[in-house]
Amino acid sequence: MKSGVMFQFFSLLIVAGAIIFFIQKARSGTTNQIRTIAGLEAIEEAVGRATEMGRMVHFSPGIAGLNGVTAAQTFAGLETLGMVSKLVARYGAKIFVSIRQPIVLPLAEEVVRQAYMAEGAIEAYDEDCVQYLSSQQFAYAAAVMGIIQREKAAANILLGGFWAESLMIAEAGFHAGAIQIAGSANITQVPFFVAACDYVLIGEELYAAGAIASGNPVKLGSIAGQDISKLYAMILLVIGVLAASAGSDFLYDLMIK
Amino acid sequence: MKSQGLMIALTFLFAIIIILDAFFAVDFISAASTEIQNWGTIIASIALALAAVNLIRVHSRRIMLRRGEWYNSVALLLIMFVQTAIGLFDTSTGDIYNFGFNNIMTPLGATMYALLAFWIASAAYRAFTARSIDSAILLVAATVVMLGNAPIGESIWSAFPGMKTWIMDVPNMAAQRGIMIGGGIGAIALGLRILMGIERGHLGGGGEE
Repeated sequence: MKSGVMFQFFSLLIVAGAIIFFIQKARSGTTNQIRTIAGLEAIEEAVGRATEMGRMVHFSPGIAGLNGVTAAQTFAGLETLGMVSKLVARYGAKIFVSIRQPIVLPLAEEVVRQAYMAEGAIEAYDEDCVQYLSSQQFAYAAAVMGIIQREKAAANILLGGFWAESLMIAEAGFHAGAIQIAGSANITQVPFFVAACDYVLIGEELYAAGAIASGNPVKLGSIAGQDISKLYAMILLVIGVLAASAGSDFLYDLMIK
Repeated sequence: MKSQGLMIALTFLFAIIIILDAFFAVDFISAASTEIQNWGTIIASIALALAAVNLIRVHSRRIMLRRGEWYNSVALLLIMFVQTAIGLFDTSTGDIYNFGFNNIMTPLGATMYALLAFWIASAAYRAFTARSIDSAILLVAATVVMLGNAPIGESIWSAFPGMKTWIMDVPNMAAQRGIMIGGGIGAIALGLRILMGIERGHLGGGGEE
């Protein structure tokens, strides 16, 4: 084993083991009660509002790509895009998905097309509704702001990895009068979303959004497993605080092994 | 659905190789991991062509149908083709190619970034109103942090910088770490759902019901 990663490896096994255990329990019929997320429940209301107003729903899966530690945020955004697209197809609303990373484009196109197919509304699918804008961060932000304001988007859903452009897009949505639902695991951007948006999914809520929205008991099982993993983290924190207060570095030494 | 099964199997296999490479120093796993990541880069480059096709298709249609502000689409396509042609003849490190970036793209990006200050002011004006206990706490904390950061704050009351440091290092840091731990575990759970084929939204939906 490489040096300095033993603790991480065993922690990964514990976390993954807890999640898989609860997934298997859910497969065998155990149901888990997961708290609702206000932002997710507001998505249907936002799509309904867009339908009534005859305006579009803007969705962005963030500006992160599909590699590195931020890829999970893009995948989380794409999972929720499927749900949003199904609602849009069901209600006969319009959706516009703005893309910054070229690699995300074919995935987003497929997600939206499959959602329209699943709702039996493939004839209503507009292939221009998923659009690559620019790989440049601020060119992308400027394009999104322009589209939101020109089209007067009724709903602005931003779920994924966002950086400095987060507030620009959210402010454009506010000035267009859109219901705004945002979520990111980038903690530096969460305060901006909190200040500018109606509903915010913070950190782990973003990753859980797709699972909770689906209501699928197996997916919900993984969320229950997450809670056990958090218990593990909390136990480590308490032991670490007590040990450090007593002048012992044993947990730190264990973590760097 | 068969193609989905194949994609899930490949995702699982490649992910396991990359995870093992992070923890174990085994030559053939390391070589396979590097190769997979190289292929990822190549596929991402191919996706750029798809993105260009998407741009050309959308904006060509817009020009042909004379949709609103179609002349912007003309400008976009023109600059895109001109810059591509310059890149082909002058290479991406040439002076002519970089002229556009250094004198147009970079200043425009910096301008957008600078505008962020106004967006922050606009959002802060709305957020910093004491409508509830939560927003009142936010207002007080933000005011103390701003006064702690600005030289005038120390002139008003010498305790402001210390209070700012405490707010940033204790409650703020604790909340940030809580979100980071939760987010990290959430990302692992999402990764496992994708690897196990439970979450297939990115493949166009389906999966276990």
